[in-house]
Amino acid sequence: MLIAVLSGFILAAASPWLARSVGDRAGWLLAALPAALFVYFLGFLPTVNESGAQVIHYPWIPDLDVNFSFLVDGLSLLFALLISGIGTFIIIYAGGYLHGHPHLPRFYAIMFAFMASMLGLVLSNNLITLFVFWELTSVTSYLLMGFNHEDKNARWCALQGLLVTVAGGLALMAGLIMIGVAAGSFELHEILADDDVLREHPWYVGMLILVLIGSFAKSAQVPLHFWLPNAMVAPTPVSAFLHSATMVKAGVYLLARFNPGLGGTDAWLYTLGIVGALTMFTGSFMALRSTGIKAVLAYTTVMALGTLVMLIGIGTEGAIIAAMAFLLAHALYKASLFMLAGALDHETGTKDILKMGGLRQLMPITFLASCVAALSLAGLPPLFGFIAKELMFEATVGAPGLAFFTTVLAVVSAMMVAGMAAVFAIRPFTGKLKETPKKPHEAPPSMLAGPVVLATLGLLFGLMGFIPASGIVQSAVGAVYGSPIEVELYLWHGINLPLMLSILAIAGGVALFLRWEQVLDFYRERLGFIDRFGAERGYEKWYDGVVWLAEWQTRVLQSGYLRTYLTITVLTTVVLTGWTFFGHTNSAVTLGSMDMHFYEVAIAGVVVVGAIAASVTSSRIGAAATLGMVGFGVAMIYVLFSAPDLGITQIMIETLTVILLVLVLFRLPGFLNLSKPADRVRDAAVAFSLGTLMTVLILAVNGVTVTDPISLQLAEWSYTEAQGRNIVNVILVDFRALDTLGELFVIGLAAVGVYAMIRLRAEDKQR
Amino acid sequence: MSTAVALPVLIPLIAGSLSLVFYKSHAVQRWVGVIGTGALFLATVALLAKTWTDGIQVMEFGSWPAPFGIVLVADLLSATMTLMAGMMGFALAVYSLPSMSRDHEAFGYYPLMHLLLAGVCGAFLTGDIFNLYVWIEVLLVASFALLILGGERGQMEGAVKYVTLNLFSSMMLLVGVGLTYGLTGTLNMADLAVKLPQVEEQGLVTVVGMLFLVSFAIKAAAFPLFFWLPASYHTPPIAVTALFAALLTKVGVYALFRFFSLMFDNDVGYTHELLLWIGGFTMVTGVLGAAAYYEIRRILAFHIISQIGYMIVGLALFTPLALAGGIIYIVHNIIAKTNLFLIGGVIYMLRGSYDLKQIGGLWKTRPMLGVLFLLSALALAGIPPLSGFLGKYVIIRAGIEVESWGIVAAALAVGLMTLYSMVKIWAEAFWKAQPEEHAERAAAFERAIDKKNLTLMMLPVIVLALLPAAIGIGAQPVIEIARVAADQLLDSTAYVEAVLGVTP
Repeated sequence: MLIAVLSGFILAAASPWLARSVGDRAGWLLAALPAALFVYFLGFLPTVNESGAQVIHYPWIPDLDVNFSFLVDGLSLLFALLISGIGTFIIIYAGGYLHGHPHLPRFYAIMFAFMASMLGLVLSNNLITLFVFWELTSVTSYLLMGFNHEDKNARWCALQGLLVTVAGGLALMAGLIMIGVAAGSFELHEILADDDVLREHPWYVGMLILVLIGSFAKSAQVPLHFWLPNAMVAPTPVSAFLHSATMVKAGVYLLARFNPGLGGTDAWLYTLGIVGALTMFTGSFMALRSTGIKAVLAYTTVMALGTLVMLIGIGTEGAIIAAMAFLLAHALYKASLFMLAGALDHETGTKDILKMGGLRQLMPITFLASCVAALSLAGLPPLFGFIAKELMFEATVGAPGLAFFTTVLAVVSAMMVAGMAAVFAIRPFTGKLKETPKKPHEAPPSMLAGPVVLATLGLLFGLMGFIPASGIVQSAVGAVYGSPIEVELYLWHGINLPLMLSILAIAGGVALFLRWEQVLDFYRERLGFIDRFGAERGYEKWYDGVVWLAEWQTRVLQSGYLRTYLTITVLTTVVLTGWTFFGHTNSAVTLGSMDMHFYEVAIAGVVVVGAIAASVTSSRIGAAATLGMVGFGVAMIYVLFSAPDLGITQIMIETLTVILLVLVLFRLPGFLNLSKPADRVRDAAVAFSLGTLMTVLILAVNGVTVTDPISLQLAEWSYTEAQGRNIVNVILVDFRALDTLGELFVIGLAAVGVYAMIRLRAEDKQR
Repeated sequence: MSTAVALPVLIPLIAGSLSLVFYKSHAVQRWVGVIGTGALFLATVALLAKTWTDGIQVMEFGSWPAPFGIVLVADLLSATMTLMAGMMGFALAVYSLPSMSRDHEAFGYYPLMHLLLAGVCGAFLTGDIFNLYVWIEVLLVASFALLILGGERGQMEGAVKYVTLNLFSSMMLLVGVGLTYGLTGTLNMADLAVKLPQVEEQGLVTVVGMLFLVSFAIKAAAFPLFFWLPASYHTPPIAVTALFAALLTKVGVYALFRFFSLMFDNDVGYTHELLLWIGGFTMVTGVLGAAAYYEIRRILAFHIISQIGYMIVGLALFTPLALAGGIIYIVHNIIAKTNLFLIGGVIYMLRGSYDLKQIGGLWKTRPMLGVLFLLSALALAGIPPLSGFLGKYVIIRAGIEVESWGIVAAALAVGLMTLYSMVKIWAEAFWKAQPEEHAERAAAFERAIDKKNLTLMMLPVIVLALLPAAIGIGAQPVIEIARVAADQLLDSTAYVEAVLGVTP
């Protein structure tokens, strides 16, 4: 199983070379892998149908509860079969559609990586592994959407898809981890086996919201639906794959998967029911006004996703059966329709339905397949789409609490979809032949194989409902519902309310088809506000807002002025330390002993005066001299506290510094006072606060008595062990020789740096 | 007693000295550069292996027993950090061979590089807080010299800000060291772990801890103290920037980990809550900074800051899982971020600019480079199964386990923004066609490329691009090491016992 899932990645790495060496017909060869996978997954069907789910486990990072464990049940098999089955035809199709494209080998590589990610996603039993694959689908689909990457619009749309799905993905990540932590297991079969562990957990609402955000973003639910139609910038094989069986269905898959664990509550019912129904309506509403052949299909995909989410939300037995049947039906007809749309676009050179006409004679197979698939989309007997739609109406009519709302929206949506199905299947093929950018002729076999087979399957499943029912749908429904349900699928349910609704929907669809031109005019004239206030504007506002915030923040923080940086740094120090000091030490902290000799006070006074003078003087010489005062004062302090050698060192350094400074000062330009008095007051306050803080800290620490500092031992060992009479020397060259070594290198480094600074510039001048 | 601990410090010191001795011979310096860093890398591998199998390694300098002399100590955190220093040093030495200018080689680039590494390794390994100050001085002066090498106006401007703010940090560190000695009468970290809790006025310990926190937060470029980093990192040659990006801020982060687990963990409720806020703000402000720029090096520089935030959060949550996550994140980030800078250098070589508005078309002509970039960039953005995801997953899970929702939300949002920045570079430099107005320069740079040089530059890039994937996929051993390292941080018994020879 691990090999089956990961083989796509391996082939992805190899396919560029393979494709290049095989040449033109590589698509047919490469399609062998998904075909083989399809057969492999078919092999699981009998056991799963008979004895239920299987878990296959390979350890990955057991310490973090991350494993390559796979859950093979009806639901995951249904998806895996769709992915590998449709994937096979897509690869073949891509070989025709992108024939001669210089980046076709890369395309195969990304496509296989995407397919493998998708398989991993639906088969994973481990929450984190599931998420790993989830993110990989986002990233690989980004690369696919931006395949025509020199087109600015393609880049923009790809980015949009990526940001929306990854943002959702991050919410999902948090949600999944919460689920894992809450349930005490990251393995789905264990989490879902324990019925109420999630529903009764205090985090339930939190994890529900997060999982829903992730699923809704991925499955393009209102108001996050806008990225999906934009994803049409991808080459058509990608659209066909992403929208029929994969990417966008991942969210639906996740909801179906978690239905036994998270579903069944009011929150679940109403959120999914309402959001799903609204999405269903929005999708069909937007489809109706689209003239781009791919846009029509994209919006009907939104419709389908909404329907599925709504059905899962309703969650009754009937609703789940309807959801799984609808899922299968949609995958079949949507994949064929997309591939047919691609064939039309490929052969005529336009994507606009209004610019096509009369192609029936020239592209007969395309026409026929379009009719069959579109009938399924419209939900007409005897196609499988009809069965699915009947079941859906049945489910909405029986929906607890939402029956009226969902049924009305479902019927209206079905009308609009039926209308568009008719537009798709009839307009391009009938009427007068129109002038198109390319001279049309029938598409090559590689591009017809998929649609013909899939459309035929749609017809076959409709006529013989028992094949899908007992073959896979029953197991899938059982997995989603949480317990086994008997499923039978057939066309004729008798004269009942769903049938009436169906007839109503079809009638409405026919009317819309006949008056499509007027409908388009109506949209154009009356409903322009959709574009101005739609969800996509919201995304753009967010996007611009974040960029604005980023620029504003960076301008404020990274102003470029060292004085600002220094002020902030010092103030942060003072506030943090000072605040802690007042908050965490009690007032009884003794501020050390303050009894000082008068000469100590005098020296301290000299240092203070020197420091103040150095900072207020406007004469550089004066500053150097007063700094010298400070230095000598410090040297005196060393002497007073019986460290004569330190004192001597300090005096030498001070002397040298002052001399060097004075030498340099003469080469500097005149002194300018650029700061305003207010600035100087502010700076003085900042400096003063730091000085005060340091003083207080030192006094406070001075009040703490230490019983046995290491210096006592060092003093003892200095002569006996280290053979030195001067303890400072011994510390420097023996006890703490490593410090001295380091400091020696510091001096060496400074020398190298200064030398380089002077010489490198001197040589620049010479050149 | 173990000399293995000393080698990562001594090898670069010797290599640096040798390079200084052969100051005039570039050939010798280049060889010493590769061999020296190679030896350093091997020594660090050996050190980590030894620490893993035999436990914490200690070396007492001059055989003065702790706490009286200076000790070098390698626990798993130190050993891991040193390994990263060795690995990055080696990769950059190779990368420098074709990319470093003659002038830089003539004026001490190699000795400075070695000594910088010595400072970094010393800081990671020392078990003495004053000695830490010394090593930080070494790396500060070395980095300052590297920063001004070349003497261009922009470099000087950046270097002045760099050195001023970093000196302030060192000053606070020194004050902190002095006050700590005043409180306890010792400088040895293990000894401090024993004696700081015995200080009667525990509030003062927290106060002194604040000075260390500020000092290391500056070094680590945490909010609101990171100004020096974006001001200076885009000015020197790219190999230097990459070296800085790999190691400098990590010294600060390492020191925070060390100080606020081994020594200043007396008031975790206060200090680590503070760290959590700092970490959160660092993540957010850093990533927003990156979003504002269109220059590869500036974007990456701000991302350093952002990801420092993640590391600090790992420390701040202070659970075994969170600390392990922090450590994994450090390792991951060093590799991925350094490599992005290296790739930036390759892009410059191919296009003659770091400005995203002036370059493009790389995916068309250099798919291999594109794949390598994606591996590193997506790792940085935390896309699974690369190493960044591992770190992110562990930290976020740790956050969820302690119900620290705010930081979880921030970390997730920052992940999205990071991806946005990485994708920005991708879309502009790789996907977009080369802009016409700059096509001439790009073509000139393409023509001027020496194939052999490019291959040499690509070598470390390839290895460092594959590493995040390897770490992500082969995560089990990594997480095992990180977990033990985290346990060593949380329970200082083993550390104290190894250094002082007594059970506290």
